[in-house]
Amino acid sequence: MAQVSGRVADDVRFVAKTDYFKTLSDLRTEGFEMCVDLTAVDYLTHPGRTIAPEVADQISLERFEVVVNLLSLSQRRRVRLRVQIAESDAVIDSAFDLYPGTEAMEREVFDMFGIKFSGHPDLTRILMPEDWQGHPLRKDYASGDIPVQFKGAAS
Amino acid sequence: MTTTENTTNSGSAEVVAAGTSEGRQELQLRKDVSTKEILRGSGAVLRMSESEVAALAGTQSEDQTMIINMGPQHPSTHGVLRLMLELNGETVLRCKPVIGYLHTGMEKTGESLTFMQGATNVTRMDYASPLNNELVFAMTTEKLLGIDQDIPERAVWIRMLLSELNRISSHLLFLATNGMDIGAVSMMLYGFREREEVLRFFQKVTGLRMNHNFIRPGGVAADLPAGWRDEVLNLIEALPKRLAEYEILMTGQPIWRERLQGVGVITRDEAIALSATGPILRSTGFSWDLRRDMPYLRYDKVEFDVIVGSYGDAFDRYSIRLNEIRESMRIVGQVLDAMPQGDYRIQDKKVTPPPRGRIDESMEALIHHFKIFTEGFKVPEGEAYVAIESPRGEIACYIASDGSSTPYRMHVRAPSFINIQTMPLMMRGGLVADAVAVISSVDPVLGEVDR
Repeated sequence: MAQVSGRVADDVRFVAKTDYFKTLSDLRTEGFEMCVDLTAVDYLTHPGRTIAPEVADQISLERFEVVVNLLSLSQRRRVRLRVQIAESDAVIDSAFDLYPGTEAMEREVFDMFGIKFSGHPDLTRILMPEDWQGHPLRKDYASGDIPVQFKGAAS
Repeated sequence: MTTTENTTNSGSAEVVAAGTSEGRQELQLRKDVSTKEILRGSGAVLRMSESEVAALAGTQSEDQTMIINMGPQHPSTHGVLRLMLELNGETVLRCKPVIGYLHTGMEKTGESLTFMQGATNVTRMDYASPLNNELVFAMTTEKLLGIDQDIPERAVWIRMLLSELNRISSHLLFLATNGMDIGAVSMMLYGFREREEVLRFFQKVTGLRMNHNFIRPGGVAADLPAGWRDEVLNLIEALPKRLAEYEILMTGQPIWRERLQGVGVITRDEAIALSATGPILRSTGFSWDLRRDMPYLRYDKVEFDVIVGSYGDAFDRYSIRLNEIRESMRIVGQVLDAMPQGDYRIQDKKVTPPPRGRIDESMEALIHHFKIFTEGFKVPEGEAYVAIESPRGEIACYIASDGSSTPYRMHVRAPSFINIQTMPLMMRGGLVADAVAVISSVDPVLGEVDR
């Protein structure tokens, strides 16, 4: 059994937003049965970020990046997808139909970053209260500047 | 807020009600939700036959059913985990966990803490297995620093020792709460008693029972104290007898079996589709344990078995955790024999503060110490994802660094957060009384769910 000890570079792939769903579906056929993690990063104050030099000229960097970690249980392999999401069009296909386990993760990303997932069955906030304003993990969400919002408190 | 101040979402009919209502986050009436959502809410994650879909969607009359809030039963449900159930008589038709009541923005907080301070933050996520959280954070930071292969052997083995003892204490806590949920209240006392003995050892080593901040980037915070070997030996000698008592108290007992066997069944394909890991995935008969399948630390140097179930029910998940305590004790025994001498943290001036003794003698050491604890150390630009096996499943840390001394983004893949999605599926068609067993068998830690 080939082991992944030692310094092995992660398998990171940059995927265009339009190819995202198809790539996921191809990878699923390839044997990546589980989507272990789906999250996002807001690169507002660090637009350069880290990208492999060989793909640097092929992708246009955007403010948001959705990061998806897939796991192949049969091949003991991981792959990480990084998808660029423009601020002006913060919508991406939902992975729900392929990986139902992404339901809560996509809701969390929607809640925290305001990125919408089209085709998600129940895209509501999950951690913040339903009437919360703003998306806390965005870099321009100034946590120190906003008065604490309590529900039901007399203002 | 008074009821007159209801905020209405413009353009849509729904009203965010006053008080404790969470609006659309709650379980909705069937007429208000899409078929897809009903299917998900009913826990149907795999392709169903058309007749099954028709039976689930829309055709159910609402006047026979009611939506209630479940609990409090499991310790987690006292205020922080809210489960809404749709019931027909005593049968659960749909279930939806409403979470976020313990959300304190720990991922956001993590962005303003240095890599040195970060462990104090992540350790509070899964408070039942804090050392595993610290371990995954430290390993991710080390990967970004490029020192993940240079950690001294002794530090690695200390990490393994603590990680396994933590698995034992976490599973003992599960046995305690599981027993209490099902009505075996003595088990709660026994479980907490044994767990306390492990925590006492942690206190001796790290100074604290919980939230240790002991495993840090570069190694561990201190060497093991004198006499640690005897303490651990006492622990693993006392536990087997206690575990045998649990077997008598619960495993063989007809009431216990009746309450758990065949309850909360999940199949292998469903568990994989829902990204469930840990004992939930293993209970379906699928043998998957990161310690064996993608080894980290020195798990490839020790012998242990991966415990799997065969029916995917609550009883399997109970016995898997019980037997994992035994396997962890096996590993701990091997760690005791293999524990090497040497440094307990990396001797890299960049990440390791000078020893306390040097500070009294050397001005440079004092400055160096001060700089590391105030500014922290800089971590090269990059991003890394590292996953390890926590008692609850795959816990992973994703860090994107911009080259400064704080993470640009720190995300923790919390196993409980993902595993909680299996509850609606496990509860579907069962009784309310079984819902209690299901919540318990998922073993959620809400500090980690909400982060």
